[in-house]
Amino acid sequence: MAQELEAIFQKHKRERSSLISVLQEVQYKLGYLSPEAIAEIARFLKISESEIYGVATFYAQFRFTRPGEHEIKVCLGTACHVRGGERILEEMERELDIQAGGVTPDYKFSLEKVACFGSCALAPVMVVGKEVHGRMDPNRAKKIIRALR
Amino acid sequence: MKAEEAFAPLKQRALAEWQGLQESSRPLILVGTATCGQAAGAQAVLEAVREATGRLGLEADIMEVGCIGLCYIEPLLDIVKPGRPRISYSNMTPKLAAQVIEDYLVRDNPRPDLALAIVDGEAMDGIPRLFDLPMLKPQVRIVLRNCGYIDPKNIYHYIARGGYSGFLRALSMPPKEVIDEMKKSGLRGRGGAGFPTGQKWEFCRNALGDEKYIICNADEGDPGAFMNRSLLEGDPHSVLEGMLIGAYAIGASEGYIYCRAEYPLAVDRITLAIHQMEECGLLGDDILGSGLSFRLKLRQGAGAFVCGEETALMASVEGRRGMPRPKPPFPANSGLWAKPTNINNVETWGNTSIILQKGADWYASFGVPGNTGTKTFSLVGKVVRTGLIEVPLGLTLRQIIYDVGGGIVGGKAFKAVQTGGPSGGCLPASLLDRPVNYETLAAAGSIMGSGGMVTADEDTCMVDLARFFLSFTYRESCGKCPPCRVGTRQMLHILERITRGQGEAQDLDHLQEIGQTMIQGSLCALGGTAPNPVLTTLRYFRDEYEAHILERRCPAAACKELTQYYILADKCQGCLICLRACPVQCIRGDKRLVHIIDQERCTKCSTCLQVCPFDAVARVSGKAIEVPSETIPVTAPPPRRGGG
Ligand SMILES: Cc1cc2nc3c(=O)[nH]c(=O)nc-3n(C[C@H](O)[C@H](O)[C@H](O)COP(=O)(O)O)c2cc1C
Ligand code: FES
Repeated sequence: MAQELEAIFQKHKRERSSLISVLQEVQYKLGYLSPEAIAEIARFLKISESEIYGVATFYAQFRFTRPGEHEIKVCLGTACHVRGGERILEEMERELDIQAGGVTPDYKFSLEKVACFGSCALAPVMVVGKEVHGRMDPNRAKKIIRALR
Repeated sequence: MKAEEAFAPLKQRALAEWQGLQESSRPLILVGTATCGQAAGAQAVLEAVREATGRLGLEADIMEVGCIGLCYIEPLLDIVKPGRPRISYSNMTPKLAAQVIEDYLVRDNPRPDLALAIVDGEAMDGIPRLFDLPMLKPQVRIVLRNCGYIDPKNIYHYIARGGYSGFLRALSMPPKEVIDEMKKSGLRGRGGAGFPTGQKWEFCRNALGDEKYIICNADEGDPGAFMNRSLLEGDPHSVLEGMLIGAYAIGASEGYIYCRAEYPLAVDRITLAIHQMEECGLLGDDILGSGLSFRLKLRQGAGAFVCGEETALMASVEGRRGMPRPKPPFPANSGLWAKPTNINNVETWGNTSIILQKGADWYASFGVPGNTGTKTFSLVGKVVRTGLIEVPLGLTLRQIIYDVGGGIVGGKAFKAVQTGGPSGGCLPASLLDRPVNYETLAAAGSIMGSGGMVTADEDTCMVDLARFFLSFTYRESCGKCPPCRVGTRQMLHILERITRGQGEAQDLDHLQEIGQTMIQGSLCALGGTAPNPVLTTLRYFRDEYEAHILERRCPAAACKELTQYYILADKCQGCLICLRACPVQCIRGDKRLVHIIDQERCTKCSTCLQVCPFDAVARVSGKAIEVPSETIPVTAPPPRRGGG
């Protein structure tokens, strides 16, 4: 792990203002912020672990548990709310048998709700990994998931 | 002039490249691949275009462009045949795209039946001009001038269309005159509050300190708004040029762009654009020999709405929790690392570059006095033509929603338009003829905001919409000041009770009181404006609150706890469609037997209502419908064929 993170650390100045960027890059790399990763970051930036948790837990982007192989994000922003985003989320919860915020026992899928991806004109919107899917309906959403099983 | 001389080679190269593209003997194919286009399937269309040109042995240039704003009919594909105008095709699928390419480029049939419009030329073959389409006719493209026209990954396209000439002009003026020019243009900050931009710059220019910063606020946290995303994806340099001009006028040596992480494509585009500016000598030391030294850095937000607030944003850039602090001191005097800092929204910066290029008087000729220029809006929700629009300030809500947006989907009744997101309000039909500007929207209890415009129809419950916004602000409140932390919690709690049918008579007074306290006592505008969705719905849609509380009824039949679904015995055909579609298998029945919903187990997901081809599912609130208790044979007359 230390080596993996070293490559990230080298791109940043050893200063407080690098903290959030470092956390982001570590999360992009590992999928989440593990306790070991936080310890490494604390060592690199010379900031206490508890302070790093203080910052990281403030921001919705950071997660502290392992995500699924496919990260499913359902938008519940205003446009998607008005156009039935909740129905997509409910369908996903049923299909994957987990609640929003959860991960399937085999770590194949995790499910999250997000407030807006900026594709509001194509609401309701769902994001699978890096792919944005617009004009969703519960059935289409289900098909996308089933194709990944 | 020195800077102009230094810029000349860049301009020359840009013009050569652009002209080459315009006068090429090869056809040019454009695909809109902004995030919205991709969400509609543009990537597959792009691949089909590549496949088709390869298969047909066509020598064609393929260019990815940003969003032209017609998101509701994306994916868009445009073809320019040498010597012909650019034709735009909408609602493309990979198959259709391949067909159009073959028909037009091989058989010379432009397929008027599939074409949407002629982008830059006269109508032909019955295909209308783009700006004669109802959605575009009232629009004026100033800030979105290049979106959909240039390759946003190519700085030379931007330069060829006049890019960075505003910066050159600024360099030829003393900084103070640049600020005067901004003042004269009348531009007001597009981030929401509408503070005059030139004046803001002057505060920062006059602030004591030799190290100053400027910031571009690209946090765009308002859910339902995507103006900033579109601009950054479609024309990043227009924003960055604005920042260069600001740096020169204010005397800043470093700039930050704070872009939300939910916009990965915008982040990529900014990163590339900064890199290109560095390569072209438009960033760094002694830019174009002018003596100006300026650097730009990109920071990504991390999913906190409050970080759009300027002091919270700065705390976040410094690597801390994004919590606002009291003002004064204002950022102009004490901002990033306590140094004088000027922060503007993406769209404000995007306007800056064109104002300097074309002059303040030109800019002020659009819009109305006091509200000059244009404003972009993300027109979403239940309107027919959803997308990104840019209109002169002063148009009425009705013109925007009906003329540009095409009215409400499915011929339903308009109920409300929500402007300004979680800080804004919901305005009813009676206010549709108000002109849109900073003052009228504020007087109506809403705000202009950054440009989110979400339309709701008769199926939207206004109490539920207020609850939705409060659940958002409750989650996003940073927790620093009690009025906001406790107030959002309490308001949400009351609204949840009302939407569950457990409201009490005094709830409405309590909501009003809590709202007033939050407005007066909150540390920042998040808490200070969070009551707006509640207060405006109380003001304009009080009857809906009363129906929930006094009659335990949701007039829109949207609140689940107050709504039931029934299958009407006199319409059901016993076709099994809803029975099979029900995700929780709570529908009983059989072929040619009337179906029955088990009310106990129904989750009210409305799937049956959506799939029933015979309108046999009713959604009601506040009354029960008599339905058979057993699955009796179908008695309804068979539906007439062909009627749909
Ligand atoms: C809770 C909250 C969220 C905000 N979010 C944004 C935002 O996403 N983008 C933005 O430009 N301004 C946002 N603002 C306004 C900024 O504080 C600031 O006024 C603005 O960036 C100034 O730019 P302008 O003068 O160009 O409008 C927000 C304010 C508050 C209180
Ligand atoms: S509200 Fe869902 S993408 Fe914006």
